[in-house]
Amino acid sequence: MKADRTGLSIRAKSNLTGWSFILIAVVMIAAFYFYPMVQALILSFKTGTGSNLTYTGGSNYVRLLSDKTFLTSLSNTFIYLIIQVPVMILLALFISVLLNDSKLKFRGFFRTAIFLPCVTSLVAYSVVFKYLFAADGLVNSLLMKLSIIQEPIQWITDPFWAKITIIIAITWRWTGYNMIFYLSALQNIDSSIYEAARIDGASSFKQFTKITVPMLKPIILFTSITSTIGTLQLFDEVMNITKGGPGNATLSISQYIYNLSFKYTADFGYAATVSYSIVVIIVLLSILQFKVAGDKK
Amino acid sequence: MSKLKRVFTYAFLGGAAFVSIFPFLWMVVSATNKSVDVTKGRLLPGSHFLDNFRKLAESTDLWTSLWNSAKISVLTTILAIVIASLAGYGFEIYRSRAKDIVFSILLLSMMIPFAALMIPLYRMFANISGSLPAIGIDTMASVMLPTITTAFLIFFFRQNSKMFPKDMVEAGRIDGLSELGIFFKIFMPTMKTTYAAAGIITFMSSWNNYLWPLIVLQSPEQKTIPLLISNLGSGYSPDYGLIMLAIVIATLPTALVFFLMQKHFVAGMMGSVK
Repeated sequence: MKADRTGLSIRAKSNLTGWSFILIAVVMIAAFYFYPMVQALILSFKTGTGSNLTYTGGSNYVRLLSDKTFLTSLSNTFIYLIIQVPVMILLALFISVLLNDSKLKFRGFFRTAIFLPCVTSLVAYSVVFKYLFAADGLVNSLLMKLSIIQEPIQWITDPFWAKITIIIAITWRWTGYNMIFYLSALQNIDSSIYEAARIDGASSFKQFTKITVPMLKPIILFTSITSTIGTLQLFDEVMNITKGGPGNATLSISQYIYNLSFKYTADFGYAATVSYSIVVIIVLLSILQFKVAGDKK
Repeated sequence: MSKLKRVFTYAFLGGAAFVSIFPFLWMVVSATNKSVDVTKGRLLPGSHFLDNFRKLAESTDLWTSLWNSAKISVLTTILAIVIASLAGYGFEIYRSRAKDIVFSILLLSMMIPFAALMIPLYRMFANISGSLPAIGIDTMASVMLPTITTAFLIFFFRQNSKMFPKDMVEAGRIDGLSELGIFFKIFMPTMKTTYAAAGIITFMSSWNNYLWPLIVLQSPEQKTIPLLISNLGSGYSPDYGLIMLAIVIATLPTALVFFLMQKHFVAGMMGSVK
């Protein structure tokens, strides 16, 4: 290989240039993701208030297991996850299958309308939902006018309905987002497969379960993982719709971490311990989702 | 398609479209009504738009918050796409085994939830505040720095760099361009669509960011628009018309960006699963 005046071969020089291209990004991610990640792990073994922290071994982890508020936030988050993610994914799949019909009129309108919620900020739509679902809000008065209910539902102040409100809100915001992924993937499926199925007498339902779902499996896996990670990090909605209440009925793990650090007497060590629980759960659930998706092949 | 099925399809999609659009209609209509009328459930446009606007501008830091949000989002977007595209290009064009390993490690950061980072990050910036107040707590820089570089964006640019014809790099070298020159003069103009998509995604997430600014920004003159709205919404006797107007104003930039560049946006999202 020819060496230039720096004494490096062209290959080595090009390799070095490559490193300089990625340098800033690597430094930034190391500084703002990996370094804090290690710091959080160290913090999780310390206790104290504010910046007065001392090592106390695994006491935070022991506390975690008997912490009722943590267990409540954990079970709330799992209720959101178990109900909301499957409902949203099925809904998005169903809508995208309907929209994929090329003979359908107003396709563009339907698609844009259903995607529209994604342009709002989480805070903005949360505040709108808080008022829509207030006891004397529009949703209640509409349901009463239509005689679906006799008395107003306590959407925000009843522990059960407050959870439902959060679930409705998240579904409203994200269904269209997932729909776009499915729509694009559906367009890549060769329509002759469906024609062959129709000739063989397969019903729409059969076509959906035997062709559409298997073909979209990688995308369904992708959206269910991103939705799971998103739900585990839920914060803006609970903070702005219910503030975690009534009691702690809607409290999410992220909000609990926020409260531990910035609302109650700051206990950064314990908050870091709680935050590691999310990391562990995300890793476990992602592995599980990959396993489930892989086994069905 | 049977007739019954067609009726069902249109009814279902119509219902879904209505549910999706209704909160927007309500929020726009409410922005023109008095607070009392909003609580009464008035669904017709009123004549209090200017009144609400005057009150909003007088009683809140609307302009300051909008300006802060605009500055942060535009700067973040520019820096983010430059840094991430340099990296994505670097990973793809100057490929090596070591770089592939580094890339995989960077991707792992996508699994780290922000909740796990916020406390150490807050402490980091609180510590910096003493020696470097310009990037410490309560500054624009402290909001921007942790959000500028994401593994997702680097991944996005790397994926799209695969479509960039590598012969053009050679052609640039023969023409005597420097490696950076090739990047700025050939790669950037060729990949306009990719940049547009990345820009939209970054701008929207920066404009709408809430949790991190909530933690690091403390003084009223630093607040961004989501913080302003959250504050308005938590009052005891909220003025609904005024709050709805603030929400409409906060949603306008992202809605506009979306409608002007809808195609790129969808392309951008698909880029992440390709």
